[in-house]
Amino acid sequence: MVKSLKTRRDVLKSGALAGAGLATPVIFTGSSASAFTNEPTGATVTLGFNVPQTGPYADEGADELRAYELAVEHLNGGGDGGMISTFSSKTLDGTGILGKKVEYVTGDTQTKTDAARASARSMIEKDGAIMITGGSSSGPAIAVQALCQEAGVIFMAGLTHSNDTTGKDKKANGFRHFFNGYMSGAALAPVLAARYGADRVAYHLTADYTWGWTQEESIAAATEALGWSTIDKVRTPLASTDFSSYIAPVLNSGADVLILNHYGGNMVNSLTNAVEFGLREKEVNGRAFEIVVPLYSRLMAAGAGENVKGILGSTNWHWSLQDQGSKAFVQSFGTKYGFPPSQAAHTVYCQTLLYADAVNRAGSFNPCAVVEALEGFEFDGLGNGPTLYRAEDHQCFKDVLVVQGKENPENAFDLLEVVEITPVEQVTYDPEHPMFAGGALGECNPGA
Amino acid sequence: MAGLDARDTRFLLIVVALTLFTPILLQPFPESSSLAQFNAGYPDLMQRFAIFGIFAIGFNILFGLTGYLSFGHAAFLGVGSYATVWMFKLLSYNVLPGLILAVITSGLFALLIGYISLRRSGIYFSILTLAFAQMSFNLAYSVLTPITNGETGLQVYTDDPQYLLAEGGLTTTHIFGLAMNKSLVAPVGGWEFTFNVGYYFCAVIAIAAFYLSLRIFRSPFGMMLRAVKSNQQRMSYTGLNTRPYTLAAFVISGMYAGLAGGLMASMDPLAGAERMQWTASGEVVLMTILGGAGTLMGPVLGAGFIKYFENIFSKINDNVLHGWFAFLPDGLEDLLVTIVHPFVGKGWHLTLGLLFMLVVIFLPGGLVEVGQRLRRLFTRRGGTPDAADPRHAPKSAPHVAE
Amino acid sequence: MDAILLQILNGLDKGSAYALIALGLTLIFGTLGVVNFAHGALFMLGAFCAVTLQRILTFSFETVDDSRTDFLGNPLKVETPYVEAWFGPQTGGAIIDWSVPLAILFAIPVMISIGFAMERGLIRHFYKRPHADQILVTFGLAIVLQEIVKYFFGANPIPTPAPESFRGALDFGILLGFDPNVIIYPYWRLVYFLFAMTIIGGVFAFLRYTTFGMVVRAGMADRETVGLLGIDIDRRFTVMFGIAAAVAGLAGVMYTPINAPNYHMGMDFLVLSFVVVVVGGMGSLPGAVLAGFLLGILESFASMNEVKAILPGIDQIIIYLVAIIILLTRPRGLMGRRGVMEE
Repeated sequence: MVKSLKTRRDVLKSGALAGAGLATPVIFTGSSASAFTNEPTGATVTLGFNVPQTGPYADEGADELRAYELAVEHLNGGGDGGMISTFSSKTLDGTGILGKKVEYVTGDTQTKTDAARASARSMIEKDGAIMITGGSSSGPAIAVQALCQEAGVIFMAGLTHSNDTTGKDKKANGFRHFFNGYMSGAALAPVLAARYGADRVAYHLTADYTWGWTQEESIAAATEALGWSTIDKVRTPLASTDFSSYIAPVLNSGADVLILNHYGGNMVNSLTNAVEFGLREKEVNGRAFEIVVPLYSRLMAAGAGENVKGILGSTNWHWSLQDQGSKAFVQSFGTKYGFPPSQAAHTVYCQTLLYADAVNRAGSFNPCAVVEALEGFEFDGLGNGPTLYRAEDHQCFKDVLVVQGKENPENAFDLLEVVEITPVEQVTYDPEHPMFAGGALGECNPGA
Repeated sequence: MAGLDARDTRFLLIVVALTLFTPILLQPFPESSSLAQFNAGYPDLMQRFAIFGIFAIGFNILFGLTGYLSFGHAAFLGVGSYATVWMFKLLSYNVLPGLILAVITSGLFALLIGYISLRRSGIYFSILTLAFAQMSFNLAYSVLTPITNGETGLQVYTDDPQYLLAEGGLTTTHIFGLAMNKSLVAPVGGWEFTFNVGYYFCAVIAIAAFYLSLRIFRSPFGMMLRAVKSNQQRMSYTGLNTRPYTLAAFVISGMYAGLAGGLMASMDPLAGAERMQWTASGEVVLMTILGGAGTLMGPVLGAGFIKYFENIFSKINDNVLHGWFAFLPDGLEDLLVTIVHPFVGKGWHLTLGLLFMLVVIFLPGGLVEVGQRLRRLFTRRGGTPDAADPRHAPKSAPHVAE
Repeated sequence: MDAILLQILNGLDKGSAYALIALGLTLIFGTLGVVNFAHGALFMLGAFCAVTLQRILTFSFETVDDSRTDFLGNPLKVETPYVEAWFGPQTGGAIIDWSVPLAILFAIPVMISIGFAMERGLIRHFYKRPHADQILVTFGLAIVLQEIVKYFFGANPIPTPAPESFRGALDFGILLGFDPNVIIYPYWRLVYFLFAMTIIGGVFAFLRYTTFGMVVRAGMADRETVGLLGIDIDRRFTVMFGIAAAVAGLAGVMYTPINAPNYHMGMDFLVLSFVVVVVGGMGSLPGAVLAGFLLGILESFASMNEVKAILPGIDQIIIYLVAIIILLTRPRGLMGRRGVMEE
């Protein structure tokens, strides 16, 4: 555990106390003497970790927080260094960022856009955070990204899978390491076609909000391109807990594959209900009926228990990967906390390291310098193979994992197995792809 | 002064003073002290205090005076926010048109919902308002996405028309050129005080809202509403139609909510659908009851109390705890951190829940009762305290099963 | 035709869940007159009785298996539940498999005790307080209860499957002469429906045919007179509260295989249960049950594609829309009593 006080206090302790007392008021519109918002002037730098700590995604948020603490420990030279040793860029040497010790503040997004923005604003206004990161769903992530753009700090997105985050809602100050709905579709479709045949009939059940729609659109397009047809797309209310009335008509619809564009509690319940209705034992059109969950989260999959067995989906990262980066991270995280990290933990750990490294390479905390350092940055050794932070939309391009619920898990964490690592070329798209068009990065904003 | 008697004038002046000095009062700890964590004098939270204060004051005009418990007031807040952001999208970042439209649309919306819901009373009224608000939320989150931008929240994009936005005009919210995010930071001694334009804008409106509510409380109209609360049946028997009065109260309080929603969007130009969810409606109910329903100051205190916990306690993590107790021997430090841990950070809900129970058990009149008791403690005569306004303290309602 | 039949079946099932939750709430809210915002939390606690029993039954000892390794490369610790060690893997496994139905026996005493404790320790002091105070105190209690559950069980849903023999679905359509796969219905939902009917029937019979029930009904109608007759109505109200808590809890236990329990499930059902009770009419038990089934069935119909094609998003609002229509056409809900919670 890092024991320390927060930045602003230290800043004031060291610097301000001497000259304070009779200091005259300073006017600034967001900032004044400094070149950008919250320029760190003391011996420390503060990062803001904004994750859901209450509400349905609290466990995912807790896992993100663990990864953040681990990343801070590693940046400050503690622990075994985790993925710093495998990261292809070598600017991180355990002395913090640009020689400043890393400190952090935490906040609760409650998985609500308003609360997430309130929490982020307090980090920027009260605690002097220079970078905000986190999130476990797309709504809050997009909202906080827009806020960071206005305030002039960097936003490193956590778990957000909607195409919009780096599509129509992309912002110059925001970066996403996590994959998105389009990539899920592009990675999953060939595996589905190979396993289940190229002439399947799909039935979509989709959570009725923005993320659900972008994923539905992505998966439908990708599967239809390979010969599948889509017989129906049914929207389900977010507040649903019992999906029986949506699932019951599926079997008689002529479809032989059910695609569940749900996440979190919705996913657990819709999958549980689908299995309960015996869909997986049925045969339609002479073929076994199949269920697909395009976006998997191991933490949430645990809630569905045995029902995930054999079900295909995609994920950003999985702890069973055997590359050096993944092994180092799992070792480091597992030793500290006693269980393997989730994909949410992995993506936020990577984001923290990527930010720190970008500052070091830029030689400045100035958001515009950081943006420049991250745009078009190619790296390796963070568990996903060679990766590119694309300049046009600030989206990471890397391999995508197609996973399947494991038939015979060996322990409580052994729920998914990787069936295919889809190469990055296959999931890359044009920045002006219709599913992503409509937004603009705009200019980077340093806030001054 | 301004139609108030001497006592109310003094009361109003105290409220004005408290509001104006909020940036200082909420910053009691020097930046270097480890208690600076508890400082709340930063723009976002101060704005929230003022905005939710307005929301709760408005809610209290309906609930505190007439006893009609609306469980759907967040819908008006949401409508106000959406109206304001749409003005930003269509015209410019000047908040004035947005705020005016917010008050008008929420007023119309309240008129519609109030007209229907007020056909019933008691719990039936509460459920009707709840149903309307939940429908608004569910639709805003899903099928109305073209208007509300659903899950993500309505925000301004660079390619929005913004017909009144001049070339090189401000791209942050402002009132005739004075940007809301502009601040004056004054380091005094070890302290640091932030005087923010946005906060003072909200504060001035909040004081006006408070003054209006004071006038309503003291007016014949307010008296009529209180009469509705104490016995509606008797009112009807005297041949008086109470509906226009309650409807007026409903619309006024809906407009207050819309104003609060508009201000929220003015401070931070994004409107999320969650603002309309029943939990948000429930929050303002809790604020009002917690502070003291029917009193003038109570709802504002309740609003501040809940927002303070939401924003300050949720940010206390183990790291901070270790910082506080660092001076203790290691074993004791860890023990204390372990004890405090469940109540802060991700456990802030627990603390809030416990405090709800403690307040309602030990302070039946809500938070304003603290002031009353303190006053009684110090002044033997036990005179009528201004802030507590006991004339309108809630009277216990008869119990149905009795 | 088959689609409508299918949705009626689904609606009956949803309805039995709603009716069961509303039944408990209406005992407290509609008759004792306490606005109990902690009722959802009672439902949630019931569900977590099932989780707790599952945890107790799978309480394990560790043995180290050197031949296998865990994710960090250390020797794998294999966990064997004591139950399996004592009764053998076969019987032990079967006991664990049946943990949800067994949890009924576990939940009844637990939930009644919780109900007693709640009434004696807290609610009793609020009978004469304004409804506003009741809302605040029970809402606070609900938050505290769910945060305690979150502290021990985490925020994620926890899988609590039905026993092996109840998994899978019955092809109902074949029995009625339809093609296979047209009307399928999970076995567990049949069990849930029958269970709900039993509980509802039991509560009605208890109130109608026992002296105790008669006194309670009299007390609801006129507490003072019953008190004047020398009957200790307070103690009976405590018992009623215990029963209400148990009904809510049992609804929760049996719901776990349908909806993996998580700590905030109570809040998810809270608003809905209030709507059901009020639509049914304050103070009416049959009203609550009727409203539960009505809303359940209408909700199922609204989710049909054919209906959604005409009215997009209707399934988002159907419950509230129906509630508004009923409350506007019938002043006291379906079967409400005059004067209850109207002031």
